[in-house]
Amino acid sequence: MHTTLLLDMAADAAPDRLALGRREDGVTFSDLQRRARAGAVALEAAGGDTVVFVGLNGPAMPVAIFAAGLLGKPFAPLNYRLPDADLARLLARTAPCVAIVDDDMLVRLGECPGVTMMARSAFERACEAEVDGELAYVEPDIAVLLFTSGTTGEPKAAILRHANLTSYVISTVEFLGSEEGEAALVSVPPYHIAGISAVLTGVYGGRRLVHLEAFTPEAWVDEATAEQITHAMVVPTMLGRILDILEGRGAGLPHLKALSYGGGRMPQPVIERALRVLPHVDFVNAYGLTETSSTVAVLGPEDHREAMSSPDEAVRRRLGSVGRPLPTLELEIRGPDGEVMPTGQSGEIYVRGEQVSGEYTHKKVVQDDGWFATNDGGWMDEAGYLFVEGRLDDVIVRGGENISPGEIEDVLREHPDVADVAVLGLPDDEWGERVAAAVVLKAGGTAPDALADWVRARLRSTKTPEVWEIRDALPYNDTGKLLRRQLKVEMAGVARPATVR
Amino acid sequence: MELKPGSRWKSAVCDTEVVVVRPPKSDASLECGGHPMVAHAAAKPDGLSIALDHSAGTQMGKRFADEESGLEVLCSKGGAGSLSLDGRAISAKDAKKLPASD
Repeated sequence: MHTTLLLDMAADAAPDRLALGRREDGVTFSDLQRRARAGAVALEAAGGDTVVFVGLNGPAMPVAIFAAGLLGKPFAPLNYRLPDADLARLLARTAPCVAIVDDDMLVRLGECPGVTMMARSAFERACEAEVDGELAYVEPDIAVLLFTSGTTGEPKAAILRHANLTSYVISTVEFLGSEEGEAALVSVPPYHIAGISAVLTGVYGGRRLVHLEAFTPEAWVDEATAEQITHAMVVPTMLGRILDILEGRGAGLPHLKALSYGGGRMPQPVIERALRVLPHVDFVNAYGLTETSSTVAVLGPEDHREAMSSPDEAVRRRLGSVGRPLPTLELEIRGPDGEVMPTGQSGEIYVRGEQVSGEYTHKKVVQDDGWFATNDGGWMDEAGYLFVEGRLDDVIVRGGENISPGEIEDVLREHPDVADVAVLGLPDDEWGERVAAAVVLKAGGTAPDALADWVRARLRSTKTPEVWEIRDALPYNDTGKLLRRQLKVEMAGVARPATVR
Repeated sequence: MELKPGSRWKSAVCDTEVVVVRPPKSDASLECGGHPMVAHAAAKPDGLSIALDHSAGTQMGKRFADEESGLEVLCSKGGAGSLSLDGRAISAKDAKKLPASD
């Protein structure tokens, strides 16, 4: 099935409902359909096999997704925040293509062989044109090419087919299930899987999409208030900063009904604070990957409330889980030899289902029987709640023992003096790796010795960091992913051992 | 009729429209209101009316599945007729609504 069919259905059934933009001057579903067709005609004339998008969020982005879909060409949004040379290298990998580029970013890219540049303003003008007749039908194939963030090397291009994305949308969203007046605020960038899935699920569900050009917590709160936003998705680092603004202003978000979060580990103190500051809001934790067309497991609003109020420790800790797998896919925890692990035991998370692509331009990593190894470690509790421990590449192996940094980070975050923390392994001649912690302290915070005692009292001594570094801030990329490799390199150079005890 | 995934069909006798999500294992006739459905772009035949035993109606957004053939369709517009495959009524799937996550 074609992603453009999702738009056609919405435009037929609710032509006059607002699809994009502000309440005053937004674009209706029939407008969006018309613009996508006109955009397709303009992009086709420019040639190329792929439609690249380099720019800020805004209505042009969803229009371009559907225009590319109509042409049967992959839509490839690139990270405009990359240094010029890296951006140009990614662009060269997508040739031959047409690239829609924000006007003020054109100068950064210069000339590139096989790439036809189209200024965003020119694309937007072209979308206003009237198109006569029907466009030729193109069999659906690749819908989206998404470059991974490249925190572990040269970015890989993940392939998402029309079949993966439509399967995800149709199985998780009710067609036009949104109530009139509902609006979602999209603040993840266009090159993030959640930015793509937000467009498709928003259109199919009939919910107006408001795009924030680029995230700042002030702009997010202002826009959510002005546009009476009812739904939004944020990454964990955004949520903490939004709560700071709300508490600072003494303001609430009376229209907000649901807030979902994902794309990284949510510190438990932050989500507990969010539940207190916004008691009327339904919180949803979504776990997913680019290679799985977004969400594969959800912790719903009821799960959040139950966990917050339960006297049962096993239920309470589910606030730190990503909920249960979607009913439309299979999920297993497997050990090092591929065996399925019993409840409560850690292993690698595997998923299988129609929304799972597991494919890159250079190789297919999904197994013949359809199972995709996520490279995430995790385990499931007795009620089927999934706990994600983080990337397996990040696991610390100390003297043969596998230590998950996430568990130690969680314990440290609960310390009242800790503002942020990252735990990682540094090379060690005796143990192979030793546990190291980079800590950002709150004003007047405590010394590493006290923190070491704190961890030792709650975990065991092998999991207590031996190396401590107090820092002003930790390095993150713009979508809130901790740059562990960079931190590791920096710490290997400067770290000092803690006091020997 | 060729019930390809993504193909769109409309009722010959009411407002119902559907999209094929999963095709049937073998060739079959998809009907609404007791009469074969027609391709979305085609003209409706004249002079037909809804058969009484196929008049329970369809609802927009509902998914319908026929276990025997594997066919699954999604109703993109509701109407007064009800769906059948080779004369056999097909029923709505109970879909559990998931909280919005994107």
